[in-house]
Amino acid sequence: MKTITLKLHLALVKNNLMIKRIIFSIAVTTVSFIGKATSINNNDTTINAGLKLPNGFVAIKAANNIGQARHIAISSNGIVYVKSGKSINGKATFVLKRIDNSGSLSVVNSFDNKGGTGIAVKNGYLYTSTNNDIFRYKLNQNNEIIDTNAVEKIVEGLINRGEHNTKSIVLDNDGNIYVNIGAYSNSCQEKDRVKGSKGMSPCPILDSAGGIWMFKADKLNQTYKDGIRYATGLRNIVGLDWNQQTNSLFVMQHGRDQLFQNWPQYFDSAQGAELPAECMYELHKGSNCGWPYIYYNHLIHKKIVAPEYGGDGKIEGGKEYQEPVMVFPGHLAPNALLFYTGNQFPDKYKNGAFIAFHGSWNRAPLPQAGYMVAFVPFIKGKPTGEWEVFADGFSGKEVVTSTRGAAHRPCGLAQGPDGSLYVTDDSKGTIYKISYTGNK
Amino acid sequence: MKKIVLVFTLFSAACLLVVAQTKKPAKKTIDTPAASIERGNGIYQRECLSCHQADGGGVPHMNPPLAGSSDVVGVDKKKIIGIVLHGMTDRIPLDDEYYSNNMASHAYLTNQQIADVLSFVRNSFGNKATVVTEAEVAVVRGGKKK
Repeated sequence: MKTITLKLHLALVKNNLMIKRIIFSIAVTTVSFIGKATSINNNDTTINAGLKLPNGFVAIKAANNIGQARHIAISSNGIVYVKSGKSINGKATFVLKRIDNSGSLSVVNSFDNKGGTGIAVKNGYLYTSTNNDIFRYKLNQNNEIIDTNAVEKIVEGLINRGEHNTKSIVLDNDGNIYVNIGAYSNSCQEKDRVKGSKGMSPCPILDSAGGIWMFKADKLNQTYKDGIRYATGLRNIVGLDWNQQTNSLFVMQHGRDQLFQNWPQYFDSAQGAELPAECMYELHKGSNCGWPYIYYNHLIHKKIVAPEYGGDGKIEGGKEYQEPVMVFPGHLAPNALLFYTGNQFPDKYKNGAFIAFHGSWNRAPLPQAGYMVAFVPFIKGKPTGEWEVFADGFSGKEVVTSTRGAAHRPCGLAQGPDGSLYVTDDSKGTIYKISYTGNK
Repeated sequence: MKKIVLVFTLFSAACLLVVAQTKKPAKKTIDTPAASIERGNGIYQRECLSCHQADGGGVPHMNPPLAGSSDVVGVDKKKIIGIVLHGMTDRIPLDDEYYSNNMASHAYLTNQQIADVLSFVRNSFGNKATVVTEAEVAVVRGGKKK
């Protein structure tokens, strides 16, 4: 105690700024305590929009109630495009522009009558996806849509059987578009999510789902036969991004559920909550990441044979399948991946990856987890192996026991032209803007 | 004299035993709605909570809520009995929302267990409705009992 007091005294003497920071911290704590006692909903006057951020970062709610805001794309001149999971009064794509210096956004246009998740701006086009098709709209030199009625369908008829049906998209620099076709199953069981039901062998889902498909970005009315199964053995990819430094595709997989509920003879509830890992993969043509046959145990860094295929939680397998480049605790639900290329944030963030974790449901009866944006530093195109929580507090609660209790759930990520980070929330349709205002 | 005492003791013991037997109430299963709901709580924790959550609120866009669900508290209990028995993979709106996950069949539960857990969800999470009986489940399952 004496040592701490002495160190504190020295720090105070050394740095007057420290005193201000301490007073500010006490004030913040007091305000947030009062805030918790008297109000439930975040509003724009809450510090940093209710988020916990690293030193030097600030946040605002740039927009609210933008439907069920899923993914977001921002043009080089700052026009914000957001795709809603559900159409609101017949509109599922929203166009927003800055209205003042605070960074607040206002909706200037809305169109597109079918909900979905995927959205991207590339080479003079806005691309959007529903749970079945991919569309595009031509943009003018100011990155505005010339005619929202002149919509082109570039891919149609992607399989949609409910489970994992959202079709996230990303484009490369060679005229290709990549789309997630999630597996319509948890673990390719004969009977989906039924206790003890075996896995189908081989898994028939993989021929048209459970992977990433590649199509041409400028050809109309493509179907499966016009595309290539770029990567397979991937259960469901909601968050994906093209890494401009490595010129390759990185994805975040949603790992399987219900190890405990469906195989209690091999897993207890704690293991079921922690496993399997949510994995980041760097993909190339032909990549096979092993779903449903294996899952990844991040606690021991091993690929484990799935219980559906004779595993018992211990037997290792899948030597032929790809290793993840980074792993995270189970069920956090990575819904967006963004490589940061801006100059606003401190150097350590350059070329690193932000991940929007939507937040879990399958961890019950243990508390849920996630509901935050993580950061993974990269060096020379590879993760350093560490990761940290970058933005927290979206759920508005210290502990989330039931998923619906989370106030906000991070879903999409985009980078503004000034290097700010935008985060969408599909629970309330909030768009957060996170900026760095500290010293560099 | 000793013989008489012995006989008397034995007779008294026998009488006491008989008295003791008749004093114990006959073991009769009297089921009440409250008891069914209580049992249903335990079944919910084991079988349903992981997907429908501790608050019965489900998971947005994936697992439907039981709290406030028109099907759950409906007068027609056959639909929800059927869902527990057979699972659900239909893509139909539930109270104007779509949910993407499949629900597994729970036919391995007994008719009484299904009645109990449905009685529980119909009277929890803000819901209030009549209980479901074993007989009602048996009809939907297609057993001999009526």
